[in-house]
Amino acid sequence: MAMNNKLRIIYDGLIANNPTFVLLLGMCPTLGTTGSAITGMSMGLATMGVLVCSNMAISAIKGFVPSKVRIPAYIIVIATFVTVLQMLMQAYLPSLNALLGIFIPLIVVNCILLGRAEAFASKHSVVDSMCDGIGTGLGFTLALTMLGAVREFLGTGRVFGLDVYPERFGSLVFVLAPGAFIVLGLMIALFNRINRR
Amino acid sequence: MLTYISIIVTAIFVNNIVFSQFLGICPFIGVSKRLESAVGMGAAVMFVMALATSVTWILQTAVLEPLGLQFIQTIAFILVIASLVQMLEIVLKKVAQSLYQALGVFLPLITTNCAVLGVAILVTQRGFGFMESLVYSVSTAIGFTLALVIFAGIREQLQLVDVPCSMRGVPIALICAGLLAMAFMGFSGIKIG
Repeated sequence: MAMNNKLRIIYDGLIANNPTFVLLLGMCPTLGTTGSAITGMSMGLATMGVLVCSNMAISAIKGFVPSKVRIPAYIIVIATFVTVLQMLMQAYLPSLNALLGIFIPLIVVNCILLGRAEAFASKHSVVDSMCDGIGTGLGFTLALTMLGAVREFLGTGRVFGLDVYPERFGSLVFVLAPGAFIVLGLMIALFNRINRR
Repeated sequence: MLTYISIIVTAIFVNNIVFSQFLGICPFIGVSKRLESAVGMGAAVMFVMALATSVTWILQTAVLEPLGLQFIQTIAFILVIASLVQMLEIVLKKVAQSLYQALGVFLPLITTNCAVLGVAILVTQRGFGFMESLVYSVSTAIGFTLALVIFAGIREQLQLVDVPCSMRGVPIALICAGLLAMAFMGFSGIKIG
């Protein structure tokens, strides 16, 4: 039963309340880093790492933080973990860090993190908050990877760097800015249709 | 002088913050249902962005760099921006009632507008001087307002159109934004100076 409950929390974040396709949160990195499946997935995993840590930390300190100053406190917690991530990436994954560029520090203002802190972590136990972080983070990663894979496939004929069809048949516009908006719009429409059934 | 013109044209048209840098998408989707609110949001963003960029630029060059504390840039900037917005709200409420009524609703939303933090960080990454930073932030905000106003005009028309059920609302809006981004791609390659 207890285990089931945890899986339920993860499922909620992943599918039923998918942050990108259902709640429409965190649009900027969703559009900005999905030029290919790999960059989309990296961004999703980076956000997930910060989300799991910040959810656990916020759930752990929820007893001491006066409710009046809770939002600034949450922002500091999130910003701290983002800074840690930034330094780790600069040290160990410099090329990926350069590729994702400004979107790594901008995880701070990703509404998913503050949203989950306020809506979930501030009311639930540390373990439940971790599960919520994993579920929501995976949902975000899934969405970004799918979006990146579709754009990469339509634009260059590759998925995760593997050739599927010759590049000259691809339409570069899907890798560029307009494709991001159009593919995301179509995918949200698809998700709406599946959810309504 | 030419550098300033180049910064202005690049920030408004060539590297438009919404259509080519993907910053500030949340307000772009959220506040673009009506033309008036789009204009209000644009004005509020311009005000906050110029102020926040100046303050964070001074913070960066006068405090963080001499002390070798660049690594806490993210934390410092987000705190400064959040408190700046709060302060601005209080000051406007006391001093300029009419301005507060026009911009007040949008101010709390701006704290989580990634465009403000994004511009503050971009300016330090590119090594702009103070005046360049100020010009860059104002013209970026003009680009944001331009995008928002064009998009709001389209969305007002869109409400009258019969759209398939699953496409209603955000999906069709995003596809329109994609077409607009395609139009803005026409500016790419323009160079001045």
